[in-house]
Amino acid sequence: MCLSIPSKVVKIDKERNVATVDTMGITREAGLDLMEEDDVKIGDYVLLHIGFIMNKLDEADALESLKVYSELVEKMDEQERQNLVEEDDNCPNRGK
Amino acid sequence: MGELQLKDLYTGFRDPEVIQGYAKLIEEEAKKLSSPINIMEVCGGHTHTIMKYGLQQLLPENINFLHGPGCPVCIMPKERIDHAYILAMQEDVILVTLGDMIKVPGSKGSLQDARAQGADVRFVYSPLDTLKIAKENPEKKIIFFAIGFETTTPMSAALLDVVVKQNISNILFHINHVTVPEAMELLLADDECKIDAFLGPSHVSVISGSQIYDKFPSEYKKPVVVGGFEPVDVMESISMIVRQFAQKRCELEVQYKRAVNTEGNLKAQTLNENYFEKAPHFRFRGLGDIPNGGLKLRDEYSAYNAEVLYEELLKSELIDDHKLCICGDILKGKATPPQCSIFGTACKPSTPMGSCMVSSEGACAAYYKYGNLL
Repeated sequence: MCLSIPSKVVKIDKERNVATVDTMGITREAGLDLMEEDDVKIGDYVLLHIGFIMNKLDEADALESLKVYSELVEKMDEQERQNLVEEDDNCPNRGK
Repeated sequence: MGELQLKDLYTGFRDPEVIQGYAKLIEEEAKKLSSPINIMEVCGGHTHTIMKYGLQQLLPENINFLHGPGCPVCIMPKERIDHAYILAMQEDVILVTLGDMIKVPGSKGSLQDARAQGADVRFVYSPLDTLKIAKENPEKKIIFFAIGFETTTPMSAALLDVVVKQNISNILFHINHVTVPEAMELLLADDECKIDAFLGPSHVSVISGSQIYDKFPSEYKKPVVVGGFEPVDVMESISMIVRQFAQKRCELEVQYKRAVNTEGNLKAQTLNENYFEKAPHFRFRGLGDIPNGGLKLRDEYSAYNAEVLYEELLKSELIDDHKLCICGDILKGKATPPQCSIFGTACKPSTPMGSCMVSSEGACAAYYKYGNLL
């Protein structure tokens, strides 16, 4: 009910005040009534909710989050490698 | 990282490795806590994500979720559903509403039952679809039964705006829009309240901004993090809440910055204000009366208000849930679905007795679906 779907704007019909958006391969129309005039442009990422565009997604912020996430995974991998090395160093069977 | 792709907005925020990464961060941070913390995810959308991705199982023992009342279908009291049923049964009426309302039983039955009795009930994807129905049926009264929290309110206002400006005389409205902060305040006023922090509903704040939660850290001393609906969003939000406790901070923070700012969508807010005002009372199913918890049409638009025009037909008598149902306690975060004696037996998604089993966003429905009971 309150979920909303990230979509990409592919076309704008100014006269009818509707945009055509792509939601992972599905194309449909969405009302622009809740957006300021000329705020939404082709190529923008938007949130779609019951037939309306609710807002634009901040691309820079999404990219920043994804960067933080990949650094987190990298750090985790490093930590895990470190743990494996330490485990190996402390292995009681070493040298037998 | 290069340019953003549409699929990144899905997969990037569902990456299992990142979820695990946050689980580890939370575990480390949670070791610093002196007592356990209960985090209420207010919104049914979050409950759904938590159950679907098994996020509770990834958290340490001292971090718990309490499932909140933020599902507009679940909190709809039976007397309001009866209104929809009665209106739908009028011969010259077509009742239009969003699909979520199909199965919700009132005291007379659900809208699905009304349809089986011959009523003309239409479930639409968008409120704007009502315009086409009205055009094709000029001899009928089309009543839009409007539901939803802040996220969905401006879409009803947008329809109303078209109806008023184009002077469409055969579309009427029955307004059941409700607001989140008032429900949160009611929960905090309860002496048995166990809530330590809130995960704020993301799409409510897309419209209303994060500002609507300002008072919770300052007045109630409860941290709030407004988080997105993807599993990584939820885990990052939880890590932000736990860090606040570990560092003895109590603030309003936004995790879902890619979609939420302080002010929200001002154009949507203006539309809402043009047509709606606070209703002095709205009764939430399971929670009871919430002062200022809902909206109503402004008096100058009474000509479009089905509640006014059909006043004689619509009773105002209050109808409570079945006495075995504990949805009220579940919505307040005092109980979980498995603690209910009829959960999964007498009360199932196909035959819901209580509100939380009715909507797919309800806590009971989510437990049923993801607890391998289906």
